[in-house]
This record gives sequence, C-alpha cells and structure tokens, in this order.
Amino acid sequence: MFDYETLKLIWWLLVGVLLVGFAVMDGHDMGMGALLPFVAKTDSERRVLLNSVGPHWDGNQVWFITAGGAIFAAWPLVYATAFSGLYFALMAVLWALFFRPVGFDYRSKVADPRWRSAWDWGIFVGSAVPALLFGVAFGNVLQGVPFQFDDTMRSTYTGTFWALLNPFALLSGVVSLAMIAFHGANYLIVRTEGVLQSRARIAAQLFGMLTLVSFAVCGLMLLDLPGYIQVSAPEVGAVQSPVGKMVAVHAGAWLANFHQLPLLWTFPVLGFIGALAGMAFAAKLKGVAAFVASSVAMLGIIFTAGVAMFPFVLPSSSMPGHSLTLWDCVSSELTLDIMFWVALIMTPIVIAYTGWAYRIMRGKITVAQIEANDHSAY
Amino acid sequence: MIDSGTVDLARLQFAITALYHFLFVPLTLGMTFILAIMETVYVMTGKTIYRDMTKFWGKLFGINFALGVTTGLTLEFQFGTNWSYYSHYVGDIFGAPLAIEGLLAFFLESTMVGLFFFGWDRLSKVGHLTVTYLVAIGSNLSAVLILIANGWMQNPVGSEFNPITMRMEMSSFWDLVFNPAAQAKFVHTVSSGYVTASVFVLGISSWYLLKGRDLEFARRSFRIAAAFGLASALSVVVLGDESGYAVTEHQQTKLAAMEGMWTTEAAPAGLTLFGIPDEAARTNHAEIKIPYALGLIATRSTDHVLPGIDRLEVTLKQRIESGVQAVVALDRLRKNKEDAEALAIFNAHKADMGYGLLLKKYTANVAQATPEMLAKAVDDAIPPVAPLFWSFRIMVFLGFAFIALFAIAFWASAKNTFEHKRWLLRWALLFIPMPWVATQVGWIVAEMGRQPWTVYGVLPTHLSASTLTSNEILLSLGGFITFYTLLLIAELFLMFKYARLGPSSLGTGGYHHESGGALPHGAVAAPRSGKEV
Repeated sequence: MFDYETLKLIWWLLVGVLLVGFAVMDGHDMGMGALLPFVAKTDSERRVLLNSVGPHWDGNQVWFITAGGAIFAAWPLVYATAFSGLYFALMAVLWALFFRPVGFDYRSKVADPRWRSAWDWGIFVGSAVPALLFGVAFGNVLQGVPFQFDDTMRSTYTGTFWALLNPFALLSGVVSLAMIAFHGANYLIVRTEGVLQSRARIAAQLFGMLTLVSFAVCGLMLLDLPGYIQVSAPEVGAVQSPVGKMVAVHAGAWLANFHQLPLLWTFPVLGFIGALAGMAFAAKLKGVAAFVASSVAMLGIIFTAGVAMFPFVLPSSSMPGHSLTLWDCVSSELTLDIMFWVALIMTPIVIAYTGWAYRIMRGKITVAQIEANDHSAY
Repeated sequence: MIDSGTVDLARLQFAITALYHFLFVPLTLGMTFILAIMETVYVMTGKTIYRDMTKFWGKLFGINFALGVTTGLTLEFQFGTNWSYYSHYVGDIFGAPLAIEGLLAFFLESTMVGLFFFGWDRLSKVGHLTVTYLVAIGSNLSAVLILIANGWMQNPVGSEFNPITMRMEMSSFWDLVFNPAAQAKFVHTVSSGYVTASVFVLGISSWYLLKGRDLEFARRSFRIAAAFGLASALSVVVLGDESGYAVTEHQQTKLAAMEGMWTTEAAPAGLTLFGIPDEAARTNHAEIKIPYALGLIATRSTDHVLPGIDRLEVTLKQRIESGVQAVVALDRLRKNKEDAEALAIFNAHKADMGYGLLLKKYTANVAQATPEMLAKAVDDAIPPVAPLFWSFRIMVFLGFAFIALFAIAFWASAKNTFEHKRWLLRWALLFIPMPWVATQVGWIVAEMGRQPWTVYGVLPTHLSASTLTSNEILLSLGGFITFYTLLLIAELFLMFKYARLGPSSLGTGGYHHESGGALPHGAVAAPRSGKEV
C-alpha cells in the first residue's frame, strides 16, 4: 500500500509516537516514584501514592518494552549501535528499573519500617534514575555519539561512559526528569486529596517551572551546538547502507529544519504552552487538565528534538558519514510493512483497554481505603 | 576479530540472565491458568473458598510475577548491549516477533494483571473472571511470540541474506510464524510451565495437609493441581517428542550430541538409556541401549539413517569449504557490485556461508585458513556432548517422574484417599523444586545444543557479540549477579513467608493462623468478616 520511502517516514513518526506514549504513560508512574519520598511522609501516605498506580504501572511499563522492541524491529542498526555504545548508561537504566516491579509488589508485604523504607528509596531510584538518563541519552544523541562501522557493518563505539555526562547532556537529563516529575505531580493531583494533593500541587509548580527553564536553556545551547547535515546520499528508493553518504557538521545546523519549515516551531511552542498551562491548571487543582497539558508539553519537547535532527536518528561524531538516518538504519520493506499493520491495528486496541482499566479503577485513593484493605493493597 | 574471552563472558551473562528469567516464567505461565480454573469454579458454584483460593495462590503468583517482569527487561535489552552484531544481522526478522509480543501479548497481560489484583471490588464476578482469563491468554501468547523468535534461531526459515545491507532479511512472515520448530517448542514449553505450577500448588497443599491445617482449602487446591498437572505432564512428554522430531529434521548436530552418537549406526538406531560419554575417546562407557528405539522415535521410520558425529563431521567439512567460497565472493562483491563472476560463485555457495564464517574465529581472512583451522572449526560445529547428554536425560527422567506423581495424585484424589497417603504428600512436597531443575536443563539442551551458532547454520556465536572489552562485560556481569542475588533472596523470603502463612494472609479471619488453629479437623473455612462482592 505504501512505498518503502513512505514506510520509513511512517516508522520515524511511529517511533516518536511510542516515545511520547512511553513518556505519558510510564512517565506519570515514574514521576510518582521520583516524588514518593518527598510528597508522602508517613507509611499510609506512601501507600496512597503507590496504590494510585498499583493497578497500572505494569501495563505502563510495556510502553518502554514495546518502544525497545519496535526499535529492534524497525531500526535494528539503531538498537544495535546505541545500546552497545551507551553500554553502562543502559546498564544503569536497567539496574535502576529492577527496583520498580519488585518494589511495588514487595514493599507492603512485610511490616518492618526498614524494609518498607528501603523499597521506597528503591522505587525512587528506579523512577528518577531512568528518567534522568533517558534525557542524558537524548542530549548525547543531539551532539553525536562516537561510533563507526567496519566493512562487515560491525559497529565500534570509541567514547567512554564519563564523556556522556557533559553539560548539555546533563541539562537534557534535567529537562527529562523535570517533565516526568511534573507529569507525575499532575497525576497525583487527580488521584489524591488533602495534604497529599496540596504537596503534589507544589511539586507541579516547582517541576513545571524547572521544565520550562531547562528546556529554554537547552534551546539556547542548541544555537551553538554542532548539527549534522546530509550532503549526499544514494538515490531515493535504492537499497541503502548507512556507510554510503556524506555528512557535514557545523554549529547551529540543528536549526536548519526550523528555518526551512517554520511550521515546525509548533513543537517547541507546544512544549512551552503545555508546561505553562499545566502549571496554571495544577495551581487550580484541575488535575485532569493539568495532566493533559503536561502530556502535550512532553509531546512538544520530544518532537522538538526529533525534528531538529530529522532525518538523523543517531549521528556519529567520530565518523559523520556513518551517521544513521531514518532512511538507512531501517529494516527491509516487508518487515516495516508488516510491523506497520500490526502497530496500526493493535495500538488503538491497547489504548482502548488501558483506558477501560483506568476507568474501572478511577477515583481518589485515601488513607482510609488503604487501611481498610491492608491485606490486598500495595 | 573479537576476543574470544569477551564472547565467552557475554555467553555466560546471557546464560545466567536467561536461566534466571526462566525461574519465574514457567510458574507464571501455569499459575495464570490454575487461577483461572479456581475462579471459574468460584463463579459457577459461588463458594467463597474458591475465591480465597484464587486470591491466595494469586498472591504467590504475584510475588513470582514481579521478578518475571523485572528480569524480562534484561533479556530484551541484552541483544542490543552484548550481541549488537547479532541484532544488526538478524534484527529484520528477530525483532518483529519481539515487538509484536509487546503489542499483542505483553500489554494485555500486564494491563489485566493489575485489574486481577486490584479489581475484585470493582468488577462483576464474570468481569473479573474474564480479566483472569485475559491474563492467562496474554502470558501464553507472549510465550508463543518469544518461541517464534527462538524457533527461528533454531531453524531459520523465511529469510534471505542481503549482500548490500550485510544482513538477513525477512522473505516470508508466515514461514516465520508457522515454523515447525517454533510450534513444537511452544507447546512443550508452555506445558512444562503448567507442570511447574501444578507441582507448586500440589506440593504446598500437601504441606498444609501434612500439618493438618486449612484442610478444606488444601484439599480443593490439591485436586485441581492433580488434574491439571496430569494433563500437562502427559502433554509435556508427548509434545516433547514432537520437539525432538523437529530437532531431528533441523539440527542433526544437536541430536547427535544429546544422544552421544559418536558413530553412525544402521537404521533404525538404538536409544542410549544410560552411558558415560567420554569426549576424548569419542565413545560412551557403561552403555545401556534399547535397540532400534531412537531411530523409530526420531525419524518415525525404520529405514532413515541418523548420522552420528563421525558422518556429520564429513558433511560439516564440506560445508565449511563451500562456505569459504561464499565469504570470499561476498568480499569481492562488496568491493565491486558489477563483478558477475563473484555473484555467480556467491549464489552457488550462499547456503553454506554461515559455515564459512565459522573460520572467522581463527582467521580474519578465511580464504587462507589452514587445515588445522578447518579441523578446529569442524570440531567446534559439534556441540559439547557430555553436558547435553546428561541434561537431556535428567529432563526426560523428571518428565516421567512428573507423570507418575500426578497419575498417583489424580487417582488418589478420585478415590479421595490422598489425605491419608502421607508418603504421597511428602513426595509432592519434596518434588517442588524439580520442575525448575527440568526446565533449566531443558533450556540448556535447547541452547547449548544450538552451539556454535546463534542462528543455526547462519551466524556463528563468536561473530554475534558486541565490540566490547572483557572488563566491560565482567563489570556488568558482576552487577547482574549482585542485583539478581539480592532480588532472589527477597523473593524466596516472601514466597516462604506467604506459603507458611497460607490463606490466613488474606485477612478474612477464617483461616488457621487467625483462628489460632482452633478450627476442627476438616471444617470448612467459611466465616468471613470482609464484605462480599
């Protein structure tokens, strides 16, 4: 139905949609986890927070797993190159994530306060560290990652883990952590009441502001950051290998797409408007509206990074000509086509039953409810 | 060239993390169906004890499930981190079932499992039962897709090498889905999960019966586990045979190694019941053989010869030599796309290209491989005999032991005499770890038997690894071992705690620890303080 080039473009969009879906869905329970030790003080308060995502965190985490699987299937070279290159960053994400499923399920099964407090901090680490590192990874991708291919298409990464922790990348990490904590706070405004809700309101103001400021500073830094421009490539439609093109690098090049197509400014604008609106709604305790607004903000922020790099998805700083673009990092036409139909049919079904699950479990979680269901609640 | 120490460490890491993950998967696969059966009885009869059973066994299921979810993350990302050349080389095919697993199965299982635990008071009886079935269907669907991916590594159908992108590409999605290796593996694997869960429920229920507590609860759980376990144990062995038949067709080296067939016998070959394989002398000591049996089972014929290791080595040598031609022609083609002669050579030998790549372990330039290198590559191409031979026998022995256990348990449950057969209850209790032993050695047979390949006949293991240093993998391996040990301690601690507490952990007020053990022998644990749905 679609030709190969169109499918490649669709898959770039789909990966973007999956990342936004991950940020919106897993983001709010990660945000809850990052806020857990600060917004909730007593054991019962912490249980309120944990139970607000209790029935949903597992389904939400599948957005992360599916995004990983989809990148494997649609962009195998990105999956192979990025994960082996950013090795210890990914290990840190994985090890931190270990504490979430286990933390949620095991924490309240033993009454000892030391046991519970240990898992609370486990959930905090499992939520905050990945949120931070996803941003750090994005920040590094925007600057290019040092990798190259040999003549059998084996990739070698020549950087170090510590080099990933540069100022721009760390600031991107702050953007990511702030927007996820902001989003989590908005979710808590919907699901809690009383003192918890007012603490969540303060957190939403704080992290909403941090999102705005860090995103703006990142944008200013981007003006001077070296960007990548494709100078020549194999003709459209040809079977492409990522090693057959020329790429130029110069400062400010990441803004070229915005100059060429001013409509793209919509994305950064959505980032700012979403964050501002989210803070305003949160201040008025309009949780659902604030949640929608922070979702829009995250969509804007993620797609700002995506369109700035377009068509690049993983630029190489050590060998720019080996950079991966959405045209040459992809699977075969058959695989893209099949996976497109699977995604097209399944994604709405998943969203429908996820929505149903939230509807079934809707309403405020209270300390009284937790104490009445001591044996079955988290 | 990749340092072979790195590859060995990456393999060790994969083996540890995959086997560890598979400590939790089989129980999940089986428990979801046992929970669905218990809840079905609850919905049909309205007896609350069945709801308590669903909730209590559900608690143990949850403790296990959390670690299954946790350790599954590692497996998904490990292909990219430690096996990046594999990911590039076969991602076009292998990635698809993984992504489909997420969208089709894992979302369903994970979303519904939340409602299973938290939705009791919010859903109608039938609504909640539907959710429980969806969890079971989701987790089993997930197994189908993972085994389609794994089945392709065992028997790579529906794909072709593309010399421009330097990777395997999908040529038929349906061949991938309906791969006979995957179908056989799926049924065998999920049935072994059902056996695991049945032994688990049977063993713990037996313990309550031995202790004389929560009797009504334990009796009913015992009966369900006995019936479900018998059906599953029969299915594991019968369909394990189907899986063996698939191996005969697709992986002769695996069959020869696991049967210790050093030399080729006239058809139909005998089945080695027992023996001590001696790799150096290439023979089995103290062999006990059943004449003709293996030939009949493995080929389902009387005249089909099963090649032994001696004959396979001759074929392997030819295929490696032919594969070298393909590798060399591919190098020429990549330098000059128009080279028609190279293309002709490549097409004539491309089916053996993977065999040519086996030599890359010893030399970057396979055209100049020495006869010693060739001999080593042939030797590599036969998986290690002793571990496979023993693993396979332990698995099969346990498979029959499960049938015996469940047959007796089922018979005793039909005659209603199991409570008094204390030896049976003790046997069931002691047998709790055995399904884990069987499933772990089962994977060792399947995956060690696939060596030296990641994708059988296509991509050698030593080429599949990422360009990392040994130290990097050693460090991450240390991390996994540390975290996994801590998590396992926490899991076992909770599992024992809640199994000991039994249904009293539900807080209904009607069970052993809550009534101080005052309930008379055999009393139905009926009184409930909580509100009804």
